[in-house]
Amino acid sequence: MTITLVHYLVVGALLFALGLVTVATRRNAVGVLMGVELVLNGANVNFVAFGRYGGDAVGGSVFALFVIVLAAAEAAVGLAIVLALFQTSKSIDVRQADLLRE
Amino acid sequence: MEHPALVTQASLLWLIPALPLLGFVVNALFGAPLQRAFGKRLIHTVAIGAVAASFFVALYFFGRMLGADPEQRTLQETLWNLFTAGRLSVDLAFSLDPLSMTLVLVITGIGALIHLFSVGYMADEPSYWRYFGYLNLFVFAMLLLVMGDNFAVLFFGWEGVGLASYLLIAFWYSDPEKARAGMKAFVVNRIGDFGFLLGLLLLFWALGGGWVERPGLARTVEYAPVAELRPLDPAIGAADADALAPRVKGVKVGPTLSFRELHDQISVEETGVRERLLHATLWGMPVLSIVGILLFVGAMGKSAQIPLYVWLPDAMAGPTPVSALIHAATMVTAGVYMVARLSFLFALSASAMGWVALVGAATAALGASIAFFQYDIKKVLAYSTVSQLGFMFIGVGVGAYWAGTYHLLTHAFFKATLFLCAGSVILGCHHEQDMRRMGGLGRHMPLTRSAYLVACIAIAGFPVANGFYSKDEILWKAFTSDHLALFGTPTPWLGPAIYLIGIATAVGTSFYMFRSYYMTFTGPYRGGGHRHEHNEDPHAATAARHPALSASAHASDGAVHAAHGEHGGRAPVPHESPWTVTLVLLVLATGSVLTLLLGLPALWTGTSPLFERWLEPVVAKVRFREVGHELEGLFQLFGVLAAALGWLAARALYREARSPLPGRMKERFFRAWTVVYNKYYVDELYALAVVRPTIRLAALLFWIDAHLVDGLVNLVGRIARFASAISDVIDRYAVDKAVDGVAVLTRGAGRRLRRVQTGHIQTYLYGALGGALVVVLLNYLIR
Repeated sequence: MTITLVHYLVVGALLFALGLVTVATRRNAVGVLMGVELVLNGANVNFVAFGRYGGDAVGGSVFALFVIVLAAAEAAVGLAIVLALFQTSKSIDVRQADLLRE
Repeated sequence: MEHPALVTQASLLWLIPALPLLGFVVNALFGAPLQRAFGKRLIHTVAIGAVAASFFVALYFFGRMLGADPEQRTLQETLWNLFTAGRLSVDLAFSLDPLSMTLVLVITGIGALIHLFSVGYMADEPSYWRYFGYLNLFVFAMLLLVMGDNFAVLFFGWEGVGLASYLLIAFWYSDPEKARAGMKAFVVNRIGDFGFLLGLLLLFWALGGGWVERPGLARTVEYAPVAELRPLDPAIGAADADALAPRVKGVKVGPTLSFRELHDQISVEETGVRERLLHATLWGMPVLSIVGILLFVGAMGKSAQIPLYVWLPDAMAGPTPVSALIHAATMVTAGVYMVARLSFLFALSASAMGWVALVGAATAALGASIAFFQYDIKKVLAYSTVSQLGFMFIGVGVGAYWAGTYHLLTHAFFKATLFLCAGSVILGCHHEQDMRRMGGLGRHMPLTRSAYLVACIAIAGFPVANGFYSKDEILWKAFTSDHLALFGTPTPWLGPAIYLIGIATAVGTSFYMFRSYYMTFTGPYRGGGHRHEHNEDPHAATAARHPALSASAHASDGAVHAAHGEHGGRAPVPHESPWTVTLVLLVLATGSVLTLLLGLPALWTGTSPLFERWLEPVVAKVRFREVGHELEGLFQLFGVLAAALGWLAARALYREARSPLPGRMKERFFRAWTVVYNKYYVDELYALAVVRPTIRLAALLFWIDAHLVDGLVNLVGRIARFASAISDVIDRYAVDKAVDGVAVLTRGAGRRLRRVQTGHIQTYLYGALGGALVVVLLNYLIR
């Protein structure tokens, strides 16, 4: 059995879906951030796969690298928010962090 | 008369009426302060100057007219367009032709003299400026009346003189009697004006029938327009109206208010207007007769003819110069002027002519008979004026337009003289008007006496003064007219019948005039101490009834007494009037004699009278019966005999107040005397037949107004209030609730929707996911 583009895409989609579920269901803010990482990496798998099968060898990988950098930055900002959240409410449960309510 | 009138354009014609208007404006607006600052001299200088200047301008045009060919003596000036309605264009335009020239000279000439007279007569009047302002206003309006080139301007003047007359009759308005006299004159004049206006509109309507098919006007003759008429095309301005009007043989046809255009349309056969007018009927009556009679109703009001003469005797409440100017020389002749001006119209309708002449004759006789037994010298002259106006209407009625106008001229002179003499006498006798308390004044006032005598001779009809020539011509023409008609049926007997009435009236005229002369100027002086006993004076009687009201009127009246100095209080002696008064009297008396030259009959000189030739181009020609010259001479003799008869009777009865006969006759025929003395109770009759029903009607209308109309109005108000209450309920419960509902709904929706914003990131994420899902699904479904 040869591994084709579709296989990669399925893996990417699964990762994206799992990440989304994680983001939507986790109460722990850190868990939510991890879900976000999954979503981003699902996308990365797609980028790399399209890069590999689409003919342009470098473009997809470069884009993936950018996304990784972005994810790192996002994680930093996200963790900082979580920290701040914890300092104010002594909890990192996203259910209780409803300060953005109207 | 069969060709269009030739018109010469003349500039500065407007100066003639404008100068008195200027005098009026100055005196009316600034008179009171001017009089305070500079005295009365300035006031009368302005007023007399204005009228005199106007007279000299008129003289200039008179000279120009004399130099022109008789056919080219119509001067015309258009100032500006008053209005243009449809195709009718009316200008503020003046014209002078021999007829209006005569009137203008009389108005400004005699007017200036009477202004001069007023200086002496009104010397002690506090509101001197008001008097002269009104007098100038009158002259202005009268000039407008005679110089107007069309009906509109004439009508302005017509109403203007009515106003000025009202203001001057009620000049001493603090006396209720005099104020009432002014109102009476105004109201009676308004009745006449209403007829005049009706006649005017009917004439215009009938003429309109010439251009447009109208229901109601029977068309018996087919009208074949020479030019294509487009009557309904509206014009934008005067020039446009002029350009649109078709021309037939050089005559503009189409709707018009101008006398000249009307005259041309009627006199030029080809326009077909005359045919149309002659055959037009309204409700089975010829339109021309109705128009003529209605216009004559206007003349009745202004010129005091039966049945509208009642205001004129009461108008004597005004200052005497006013009576002379307005109620003898000028305004009251406006009706005569109007008939002469429209002679081309009246000459077409035998019935209108017949009625004018008949009413004139009846008025002449009635006026003279009332004048027989009056004691108030001004009342005698007032009824004499009514009577003489009757003569003028006989003249213009039978078609002797020049004779009627000539009588107007001669009457202006001799009646102004008589009135001013009366004014002088009243002044001399310290405001005594009752002839029973005069007498013997000839010794004290020789100049006034001689002027009065000359005027008496003139009005009585002795050939040495002007009255004979005009009156005789009128009566002769009346006798020789067989063209008159009444109700459309020819009545050849009417002319001679009018002659008989006229000659009888002439006897009466001579009688009452010489009676007044003898009572006033001969015999012993019966005045003196009149202040204590003038109870019969209506003025004094009023004063007794309304002491407070008439105090100021008396003050203004009595002011003249005070001026006479020491002798004014205890034993007043009659005295001659100041020079401004006597000079005017002598000038006018001389005029009364000299103007006879204008009317020397053809029988004596072989050529037609100067005045007839002067007016020939402007008045219609009427055919009279051909009668031999011997007969005319005989009739002149009759005229003189009539005058002599009246004079001798008056002399026998009243000279030197010696004859006891008048007193005895008065006792013998006391009933008849009372009836005549009380003017046949016409005023009372009118009060009963017209005034009281009118007041009743007014009361009834007031009741209707107070109960029915007000009730209706209240009902409407109540309905409106009810409707508004309903509207209020609807507003409060439907509209307000709807508005509130929208707000409540919005707020509720907001409150509910607020919950959506939970602040939980995951809720938002669900939203985003759901939305994405929907988009994806839609994208998939709607491909």
